[in-house]
Amino acid sequence: MTVKEADLWSVAVSPHVKSHESVEKIMWTVVACLMPSLILSIFVFGFQTLIITAVSVISCVATEAVSQKCLHRPVTVKDGSAVLTGVLLAYVIPPGVPYWMPILGGVVAIFVTKQLMGGIGFNIFNPALIGRAFLVATYPVAMTSAWLPPVLDASIFKYMGPGVDAVSTATPLYVLKHYGLEALIEKFGALSTMYGNFFIGLRPGCIGETSVLLLMLGGLFLIYKGYITWHIPVSVFGSVAFFTWVFGGEGFFSGNPLLAILSGGAPLGAIYMATDYVTSPNQKTGQVLFGIGIGALTVLIRLKGGYPEGVAYAILLMNTLTPALDGWFKPRRFAPAKGAVK
Amino acid sequence: MDESLLTFPKGGVHPSESKTLSEHLAIETLPVPEEVDILLQQHFGAPCKPLVDKKAKITEGDLIGEVSGGLGAGIHTSVTGTVKGIGPAAHPVSVTSAAVTIQTDREAPAITYSLTDWRTLPAEELKKRVKAAGIVGIGGAGFPTHVKLAPPPEAKIDLLIINGVECEPYLTTDHRLMLEHPKEVLEGAKIILAMLGIKECHIGIEANKMDAVELLRKTARDNDSNGFKITVDALKVKYPQGSEKQLIESITKRRVPGFGLPFDVGVIVQNVGTTKAIYDAVALNKPLYEKVITISGRGISRPANLRVRIGTRLSDIVSYLGGTKPDLARIVLGGPMMGFPISTLDVAVTKTTSGVLFLTEEEIDSRPHGSCIRCGWCLDACPMGLQPNEIGVYVEAGRPQDTAQFGLFECFECGCCAFVCPAKRPLVQFIRLAKLKAKR
Repeated sequence: MTVKEADLWSVAVSPHVKSHESVEKIMWTVVACLMPSLILSIFVFGFQTLIITAVSVISCVATEAVSQKCLHRPVTVKDGSAVLTGVLLAYVIPPGVPYWMPILGGVVAIFVTKQLMGGIGFNIFNPALIGRAFLVATYPVAMTSAWLPPVLDASIFKYMGPGVDAVSTATPLYVLKHYGLEALIEKFGALSTMYGNFFIGLRPGCIGETSVLLLMLGGLFLIYKGYITWHIPVSVFGSVAFFTWVFGGEGFFSGNPLLAILSGGAPLGAIYMATDYVTSPNQKTGQVLFGIGIGALTVLIRLKGGYPEGVAYAILLMNTLTPALDGWFKPRRFAPAKGAVK
Repeated sequence: MDESLLTFPKGGVHPSESKTLSEHLAIETLPVPEEVDILLQQHFGAPCKPLVDKKAKITEGDLIGEVSGGLGAGIHTSVTGTVKGIGPAAHPVSVTSAAVTIQTDREAPAITYSLTDWRTLPAEELKKRVKAAGIVGIGGAGFPTHVKLAPPPEAKIDLLIINGVECEPYLTTDHRLMLEHPKEVLEGAKIILAMLGIKECHIGIEANKMDAVELLRKTARDNDSNGFKITVDALKVKYPQGSEKQLIESITKRRVPGFGLPFDVGVIVQNVGTTKAIYDAVALNKPLYEKVITISGRGISRPANLRVRIGTRLSDIVSYLGGTKPDLARIVLGGPMMGFPISTLDVAVTKTTSGVLFLTEEEIDSRPHGSCIRCGWCLDACPMGLQPNEIGVYVEAGRPQDTAQFGLFECFECGCCAFVCPAKRPLVQFIRLAKLKAKR
C-alpha cells in the first residue's frame, strides 16, 4: 500500500471539537460591559474622562506590545487583555488628573505587574490595581484630590483646560470619614436622594466607579454568559455591608451598609477586579472566602486606615492569598484510588 | 430539559451535537469491496496469529486469526475470496499492523444464517458462542466480551446496563441500531442476563433519542419479558454521559471506586452495538465481521449510517459516498471528543470503529493555544474532579513526573477540559504526555 503525500491529513490529539469561547471573546465582552460606565462618565465628569481612558488603553496596549517584543514573546495584544487593563486602570483614577498620568500607570500595570511576572496567567496581582497603587504612592495629591462634582448642565467640556482645581471637590467616603454623616447629608442631600443619585452614578468619584446601576447590569450580563459567577461579587458586597453595619456607626451595629456599597469603589472592584481569573481563587469556597476577606479589609481600611477608600488595597492583599486558597480548596475528586496522592 | 432525567453529579459539557447530519438516515449496506485488509491487531490486547496462508481460499465467516496467549479475541474473514497477502497495513492507532489482505470473490453466493432458539441452551454454550464469534466491546476499547461476561466469582453482579447513550457528537450508529433492530437489542440483553444468571437490566439512552426510548419501551411491553426486568431510562443530554463510570452513577447512584471496575459495584455494562453482536453470535451463530458505522461531518459529500464489512478501506467508503469536500481538514476515527485522527484513507475498518468523521476547519478549530488564564472552567467541566489546568502548567514547566497529585491516573481522557478551555490548551495531550512520565 503506497501512501501519496497529497492524501495525508493533519492530525492532533482529541478532542477535535472545541467550545466557541476564547480568551479574546471573554476579554472583549468584559470591555464591552464596562463601556456604558464610560459613556456616563463623559456626561457626569466631562469629555476628559474619555481622553484619560483612551490614553490609559493606548499606554497598556503599547507597553504590552513593546515588552513582548523585548522579551521575545509572541505579541498578543489582540486578545484584549491589555485593553481591559487599560480601561480598568482609567476607571480607578480620579477624573481631574493630568492626561500623562495614566501613561505611567499603564507601564507599571503591564510591564512590571504582568509581563515581568511571565505574561497573561502568571501575574500575582491585578495589573490595573498595581498601576493605581503606584500612582497613589507617587502622585498622592492628584490621586486623592482631583475629584470633580458631576456636570449637571450638559456642558461636558467645562473641566477641560486650566482652572480645574477651582472646582475640585471631595468624595462621599472622604466627607463621611472626616466630617461624618451630617456633613455628608448637607453636601449630597437627604439619604433617599443620595441613594438614588449614587445608584445612577451622580457623585464625585473615580472615572468608572460611580454608576452602581450600569456596573451591575454589566455584571449580570457576565454572569448570564458564564464568564463570572456570583460568588465573589456577592460575598464582597455582603461582607462590606456586614462589617460596615457592625463597625461603621457611632456604636456597634449602627453603620449604614447601603451607603457603604453605593458610595465607593466596591461595585467596580467586586464585579470587575476581584473576579479577574488569574488573581482570584477558582473554587467556589475559596472564592467566597476571598470575597469576604476583601470586604473585611475594605471596611478596615475605610474605618481605621489613612485613606477613605480601601477596595483596591483589599483586593491586592487578598490576591496574595489566592494561591493558598486554591491549595486549601481543591475540586473534590470523583473517585480517588485508595492511597492515591490527593 | 426535563429535570427528572437521570444524570451524573459532577462536570460534563454540551458540545454541539451535529447528529442531525445522519440521525434520520436508515442504515445502508455498503456493497462488498474488491479487497479488504483485516488487521490482526484489531484493538488493545495481544495481536492475532494468522491461521491462513497466501492464496488460501476462504469463505465469509471463517476464522482467520487467533490469539495464542493473553487477552484477545478471534478474527473472522468478512468476505469470501482468496488471501492476497499477509503484511503491514495502516493502523488507526498503532500506525501499522500486520493484516490479512483478501481479494473478494464476487461470484460467491451470499452466506445466510438461520435462527436458533437460544433459550434452550445452557449459559456455558451461550458464552462459548460469544467467544467463538470473536466479540469485543465494539463501542469503545475493544475489550473481549467473553472475558467481560465472566466476572470473578466474588463479584456479586445484580445489574446489567446496556449503554445506548452515544454521547459523542455526530455518531448515530447506536441510535439507528435501536430504531431498526429493537427486538434484537432486547433479545441480546436477555441473552447476556441469561449468561450472567441475573434478572435486571437497565438500558440508558440520552434524551436526544426519545424515539429510541419510546420504541424500546414499547417493544419490551409488547414482547414476553421471559421473567427478566428490563427498564429503559432516558438520561440527560450531557457529555460524557456514556462513559461507563458516569453512566453507572447516573442510573444506579453507585460509584465505581478509583481504578475500580463496574463489577466492583455489581454492574456489567455492554454497549448497544455489542449487544446486537451478541444476539447475532448466539441466536444466529454469526461471527462478528460486519458492523454499522456513522460516516459524517461537513467534509463528506453524503453522510450515512453504513453497514460495512470489517476490513473495508475508508477509501472505498469515501468513493461510495461521492468523495470528500474541498474544505475537509481532518479525518477522525470515532467521535470528535475522543476519536483518533488519521492521516490516510488507506486505513481499514476494525471491530471498534464506531464512525468516521470528515471535519472541516470550521468544525475543528485549530487555533494556536495560549497560556492558562486560570479561569478554572476545566475544573468545573471535569467529571472526575481532577485539575487539568495544573497538569498542563506542570507539563509545560518540564515537571510531568509531579502531576499524579492532580489526579492524573484517574483521567480517562474524555476531553471535557480541552473542550471548554478558552485558551484552547491541548490539555488531553499534556495529560497523555504526563502519563508517560509520571509514576502511579
